Amino acid sequence: MYLENRGNRPTKSGFGQGILEAGKIQPELMVLGADITASVGLDSFAKEFPERFFSLGIAEQNCAGVAAGMALSGKIPVFSTYGVFAALRSSDQIRVSLCYNNLHVIIGGAHAGLSVGPDGATHQALEDIAIMRVLPNITLLSPCDATQAALLTKMAVKDLKGPVYIRFGREAVPDFIPENIETTIGKGQLLKNGKDISIIATGHMVWEALQAAKMLWMKGVDARVINIHTIKPIDKDIILDAARETKKIVTVEEHQAFGGFGSAVAEVVSQHCPVKIKIIGVKDTFGESGQPAELMQKYGLNAGNIFNEALLLMNDSR
Amino acid sequence: MTVKKIQDVEDLRKISFHIRRNILRSLAASGSGHTGGSLGLADVFTCLYFSVMNHNPQNPRWEDRDRLVLSIGHVAPVLYATLAQAGYFPVEELLTLRKLGSRLQGHPGRDHGLPGIELSAGSLGQGLSVATGMALAAKYDKKNHRIYCVMGDGELQEGSVWEAAMSAAHYRLDNLCVIVDRNKLQIDGSTSDVMEIEPLADKWRSFGWKVIACNGNDHKDLLSSFSENEKSSGMPVVIIANTLMGKGVKAIENNYRWHGKAPTKEEAEQFIAALE
Repeated sequence: MYLENRGNRPTKSGFGQGILEAGKIQPELMVLGADITASVGLDSFAKEFPERFFSLGIAEQNCAGVAAGMALSGKIPVFSTYGVFAALRSSDQIRVSLCYNNLHVIIGGAHAGLSVGPDGATHQALEDIAIMRVLPNITLLSPCDATQAALLTKMAVKDLKGPVYIRFGREAVPDFIPENIETTIGKGQLLKNGKDISIIATGHMVWEALQAAKMLWMKGVDARVINIHTIKPIDKDIILDAARETKKIVTVEEHQAFGGFGSAVAEVVSQHCPVKIKIIGVKDTFGESGQPAELMQKYGLNAGNIFNEALLLMNDSR
Repeated sequence: MTVKKIQDVEDLRKISFHIRRNILRSLAASGSGHTGGSLGLADVFTCLYFSVMNHNPQNPRWEDRDRLVLSIGHVAPVLYATLAQAGYFPVEELLTLRKLGSRLQGHPGRDHGLPGIELSAGSLGQGLSVATGMALAAKYDKKNHRIYCVMGDGELQEGSVWEAAMSAAHYRLDNLCVIVDRNKLQIDGSTSDVMEIEPLADKWRSFGWKVIACNGNDHKDLLSSFSENEKSSGMPVVIIANTLMGKGVKAIENNYRWHGKAPTKEEAEQFIAALE
């Protein structure tokens, strides 16, 4: 399958589009605003359905709790803010009021990763996957592009029952996932088959993984590329097939390399089919200001670095 | 369909006596739990479940019921004893409190299937936000049911409480009523020593709330406060219920050491014999 970039779009626009479309079909969908409604892509919903939009100000803990109360009253509330605030500031409310009560609330973790750019370390969510994925009952989604963000958002509203954290970014990134590709929450997607090594990626790192695979092909390495858009529950089968059939795995995430997506893959592989894994992510450090592309380059989150790491792993015969 | 409401203060006192007795028995059976606050709130819970709230133990999920959000999950024993007294489940089940496999979790847990539990809660400072969400949803749906939220005074030290208080006033949620269990004690000692929360009424007022203060161990005073609450228009209401921690058992009244301690079986029987 050859995947083409249809043009760059921020994944947050997919989230906003998904919420708006879901809201047109499902009258119980309510949106809670945390002062940055437009930045997280929810302004179109707020304009279309003002009576279903509730501004709650800069108060993320309260936002999560109010969402719980609405969900207990038969609504499907959505709240979204920067991932750092959504996942971390309100994490106790998410743990107890949302996850322990197992309530169907959509939490949008916006501006995820380094690609927020110039805002710098305080606003770059690099820990949210790690924190959200250990919470019982939660579903953790990480779409690879805007098209997938819209689709997964609609599916999360319509098909899921418990709390959902959906992670997306602000920077415009390639929109490439075919609209007709089979998409099931909890199932990974094989985007390119290959027998020598597997690159398993999440979020917009999937596009970089595809580019790295092309570069590897030129070096005679046949790399498999897998998109994991559901980090929890994770698709064990597609990961274990990759481990058995290619024996080597590189994971890529725009997140800390500890405790996040790579760790989730390693938990599966190490227990069922141990093979060598290279986890590409931010190496236990905070981010900094800079243009998104500069930061991705500096922190090794681009096709070039994935290519290098994959070659190193290919040549690692220990 | 709601339960029949009791207005006779003597009848309510008798119910509170049974609830206190069952709180002590369940705590003695469990060997751990929060005695002081549970006893102190018995009169508030009696009034809510037997005189104020529209609810139906035969149909706990009745859509138009009034909701009680217990933000201070640690006083679960008074909620459980009241629900059992009201007929939500057999009184004998109170003896399973905090035991493995029990529906009566140390702090209320909806996932364990006990009827009448609106919210799994116990991490302080969260209940008012949830109650606010319920009240907003009720307004949106043009429903007339009311949301009651029982909070502790020490709990008001949590910052998230004031985020919620601000939002409930912003949306003019006059279908929301907070009851603050003002017993002036918390685990480390008196609230004024641990972290002063006064001037409490002024704090709520300045956040846009209607404030009613009462003796939280006096049924008559409580009933008139609750009826005053129902008249509120355009503002959420807080009832500052001045209570005695451990109320009803002279030996432990107003003693913060009984915040998080359960009586032994012998103590429980002594306390019950001396119950007022």
